[in-house]
Amino acid sequence: MSTEIMEFAELIKTPRVDGVVLHRPFMPTVEGTLCLTGHHLILSSRQDNTEELWLLHSNIDSIEKRFVGSLGHITVKCKDLRVIQLEITGMEECLNIASSIEALSTLDLVSLMYPFFYRPMFEVIEDGWNSFLPQNAFKDLESMTDEWRLSEVNKDFSLCPSYPPLVAVPKDFDDETLKKVATFRHGGRFPVLSYYHKKNGMVMMRAGQPLTGTNGRRCKEDEKLINATLRPGKRGYIIDTRAINVAQQAKARGGGFELEANYPQWRRIHKAIERYNVLQESLIKLVEACNDQSHSMDRWLSKLEASNWQTNVKEILTTACLAAQCIDREGASVLVHGTEGTDSTLQVTSLAQIILDPGCRTVKGFQSLVEREWLQAGHPFQQRCAQSAFSNSKPRHEAPVFLLFLDCVWQILRQFPCSFEFNESFLVLLFEHAYASQFGTFLGNSAAERARLCLPEKTVSLWSWVNRPQELERLTNPLYEPNSLVIWPSVAPQSLLLWEGVFLRWNRSSKCLDEAYEEMVHIIEYNKELQTKVNSLRRQLAQLETEDPLLHTP
Amino acid sequence: QKYYHYVHLFLQVEQVRLLDRFSNKSVHGTLYLTATHLIFILHHHIASVEKLSLTTSGCPLVIQCRNFRVVHFVIQRERDCHDVYSSLLRLLRPVCYEELYAFSYNPKQNDQQREEGWQLIDLGAEFERMGVPCDQWQLTDVNRDYKVCETYPRDLYVPVTASKPIIVGSSKFRSKGRFPVLTYFYQEKKAAVCRCSQPLSGFSARCLEDESMLQAISKANHNSRFLYVMDTRPKLNALANRAAGKGYENEDNYSNIRFQFVGIENIHVMRSSLQKLLEVTGTRSLSMSDYLVGLESSGWLRHIKAIVDAAVFLTRAVTVEGASVLVHCSDGWDRTAQVCALGALLMDPYYRTIKGFMVLIEKDWISFGHKFADRCDQLDGDPKEVSPIFTQFLECVWQLTEQFPQAFEFSEWFLLQIHEHVHSCQYGNFLGNNQRQREELQLRERTHSLWAFLMSEKRNHLNPFYSPAYSEAHPVLEPSTLPYHFKFWRSMYHQFDRSMHPRQSILKTILTLKENSRKAESTLQALESVSTLLHIPPATSRLPHSGSEEDEQEEVGEEATESTDTERTVEGSSGTESRKQSYGELEGTYNSDLVKEEPAVVSLEFGVARMTC
Repeated sequence: MSTEIMEFAELIKTPRVDGVVLHRPFMPTVEGTLCLTGHHLILSSRQDNTEELWLLHSNIDSIEKRFVGSLGHITVKCKDLRVIQLEITGMEECLNIASSIEALSTLDLVSLMYPFFYRPMFEVIEDGWNSFLPQNAFKDLESMTDEWRLSEVNKDFSLCPSYPPLVAVPKDFDDETLKKVATFRHGGRFPVLSYYHKKNGMVMMRAGQPLTGTNGRRCKEDEKLINATLRPGKRGYIIDTRAINVAQQAKARGGGFELEANYPQWRRIHKAIERYNVLQESLIKLVEACNDQSHSMDRWLSKLEASNWQTNVKEILTTACLAAQCIDREGASVLVHGTEGTDSTLQVTSLAQIILDPGCRTVKGFQSLVEREWLQAGHPFQQRCAQSAFSNSKPRHEAPVFLLFLDCVWQILRQFPCSFEFNESFLVLLFEHAYASQFGTFLGNSAAERARLCLPEKTVSLWSWVNRPQELERLTNPLYEPNSLVIWPSVAPQSLLLWEGVFLRWNRSSKCLDEAYEEMVHIIEYNKELQTKVNSLRRQLAQLETEDPLLHTP
Repeated sequence: QKYYHYVHLFLQVEQVRLLDRFSNKSVHGTLYLTATHLIFILHHHIASVEKLSLTTSGCPLVIQCRNFRVVHFVIQRERDCHDVYSSLLRLLRPVCYEELYAFSYNPKQNDQQREEGWQLIDLGAEFERMGVPCDQWQLTDVNRDYKVCETYPRDLYVPVTASKPIIVGSSKFRSKGRFPVLTYFYQEKKAAVCRCSQPLSGFSARCLEDESMLQAISKANHNSRFLYVMDTRPKLNALANRAAGKGYENEDNYSNIRFQFVGIENIHVMRSSLQKLLEVTGTRSLSMSDYLVGLESSGWLRHIKAIVDAAVFLTRAVTVEGASVLVHCSDGWDRTAQVCALGALLMDPYYRTIKGFMVLIEKDWISFGHKFADRCDQLDGDPKEVSPIFTQFLECVWQLTEQFPQAFEFSEWFLLQIHEHVHSCQYGNFLGNNQRQREELQLRERTHSLWAFLMSEKRNHLNPFYSPAYSEAHPVLEPSTLPYHFKFWRSMYHQFDRSMHPRQSILKTILTLKENSRKAESTLQALESVSTLLHIPPATSRLPHSGSEEDEQEEVGEEATESTDTERTVEGSSGTESRKQSYGELEGTYNSDLVKEEPAVVSLEFGVARMTC
């Protein structure tokens, strides 16, 4: 540990500067002392009533510096899309600060990340690391069906490095067969259970692409495994999240898709969901459009269109609806995959569950969904969220895959505002923590990496913090009324909106909207209070009547 | 059929299919044609009827309504279809006002009730509320008999120093005689908003009376040394007008004016812009990209932003600089009405209440002669005169309600309802082009007032988030006009495409809750008075809960919970039933048993557009 702290000390050229002025849009200017620590940029005015700024270095996406005389301006652009300005007098000081921030915000080593140093200032009531264990989720499944078993075939992560140690597979398939199937699927991602639809017993599975290659390799075990999920005489659907030509091209690199001849009981549907570098580009363009203050309507609309962000939202949502439709309406089982099965596949399987399963629309249920379908399922968070929209470096593995998922959830939430137990703030919070956090939840790229990093022992889980009454209160939707129905969102372009809560969050004053939200909470609470009072009085009167039959209420 | 036994039935066609325009769903029914309604779609709402080519299932008939409803019928026999089509064409072209629905509409009110309805809005009282007449502004009787300007109202307010010769002289120098008059008085700074039409200046003409008139307006405000003159047209248009002997004020001839172009396009540009917008949004399986490109190329939101920008400019000039402003365009009844009304709405919280908004429309639109008859195509007239100017105004207001959710007493339902009736011609308020014409038509005697009806329905139009305290703290609204604050108004342009809207409405839910709270308050009061009689301690000292959860639910009171519950169930389940084919790919593979039948009577949110199948 001490060597690591030494390392930070070397990176911090100037630990503190006085007289720094902070500019933030829609907030008063703050003048104070700027301090750099190993993990934070802190600006404190030392006046009791002004807010301090605490910014995680890992939240900083890029910085720019310029000078007007000896006055230095540092623009800090954050992964949560906030842009702030620091004014520092003295060229040397400013340069020192800028290069320190640059060095501290681009540290690559996971073990130096803040979650390993963070000590909770709150009492952990329920350890989030134990809240969503696969064996518990499986117990729920067991209560509904006995057709599945929990396999430990991947317990040392050797069969599939991106899968968790425990996965649900059809009961009749032993681990030896699974090993064979794993060799036929990209990254060893053999088909596993993603969702069981209680209403009709249909299932959704996910996998990596089949490695058919150019000569149409087949794997009998793979065919058998997925056929085992079909009802007699019924067909299933394979949803390939790639356009047909992209899937064709994958053959040349050893990948491919299920051929009709070998999978006669399955109908394959191709849907084009964009891949990661294209998505990253889309995010960059969208954020640029949102920050363009040129005041022209035409320019805004054309930039919004050119970013393709809303198109991506629509495509992902449409594919998820299609998967849900196959299961609920067609009464068919579904297998979803793209190439690796760690990005668009997860967007589709998790959104389909939100549509189908009311349980996923609760706070805990949604956390469980994120845990199951994203963290355990091997979405490489650390790679995807290494940089956000302001990054100057060439994107490698970065992509807003998870942010797009959250955006789609927000769209459904907008259309069914009473059917979710959580509110928009919860989704925004997950976005922030996926990119920069004091908690260990989103560190690493897979269950295997997380196990190697000993995250449960060395870091605090985001869920430990969120699942406390004071946080939950802020994240709970006051309009929530459990809705047991399947909720079908509209995917018409007119029905899909730009997620202002994320993309315009720092570009507008939210005061009016926040106050209106407060008013809504007030109306709902007042109503509850009144009903309680009425009930209690009625009960007292009723009681009196039974006690004293001579008393008659008018 | 029982609905129509008392009206003359023009036509009745059995076995007609009504198609949903964005899915493949359809319902069967019978189509009725009466003198004023097509199965409860008012004829007057219909903008165009189109007969498409014959298909195997029958002859299609597409009807586009002015409230943006598009109805797609399939009629089995081509002959029937043609009959309906030609009857509609005949019915859609009224040649005189008396044919309009307002003259036959009878809400079972007596004459006194009708008269009271018309007395609801009193513009004289409104000017008094603003603080006019006062030492600087007075009521003039110059237009008592519509002699000076026949498109203005009888009662007009002018500076005390503007003598009759000045007024008459100025009016002769203004297009259609629409000389500068007061429309809003900002009491706090004694600044005035005045309106007029363009001057007949050509390239060099001037008019001393007109110059004195502007001078008088300027002098009536001691807070500012100058008067803003806002020409709401693009400069190019104003320049072009000079060739026709019209134009704009030359700053050299008028002392102490600051001249400003604003750049709102004319009625023809607005008409085709809306047409483009509707073409785009009416496309089936529209892609996101085509939607956004279409939204941009239609220019619609650009025009909306231009109007709001102008209103913000006006508001700042008056409330911040304390200057008086004279607003005009060409004739001063389209863009001028938009900007003056929207500006007043930003400046004065009163206009953001239900009653105040009615007054505002009565003042800046109806009385100052916005040509509703021409713009809304009430009679068979010149299609080039039709333009969605008033719709744009309502949309601007809606855009503001989105930015300031607590500043308005009314919700968007109110705006939609007004829009509905501007086109329905069911009430007399919007008939004709100006006050003089309305008097000739004796509308107050022969038709009913929309305002009285809307007032009686006030509860349905309330914004549950409205806070008078907010208005007190923020009397003047300062909206941001950055492009991303302007959104496509789905509730207006897709009002009847139910599948596009959120399946659960926050507005509806909160309104119901507020209503429940109101009822609970009175129940509580009643219960408390009973318990005081019986000496029970007040409800605040609650007894421990004895009943189970279910008990509690029942005890809440039947009316209270019922409405919310049914609403939710309906919303949720309709969500599952009507999204049949929207995700593509699986078309035709459905088991039709799975699709629930639409209910026999489709009733929509608003009174007029009810459909019975």
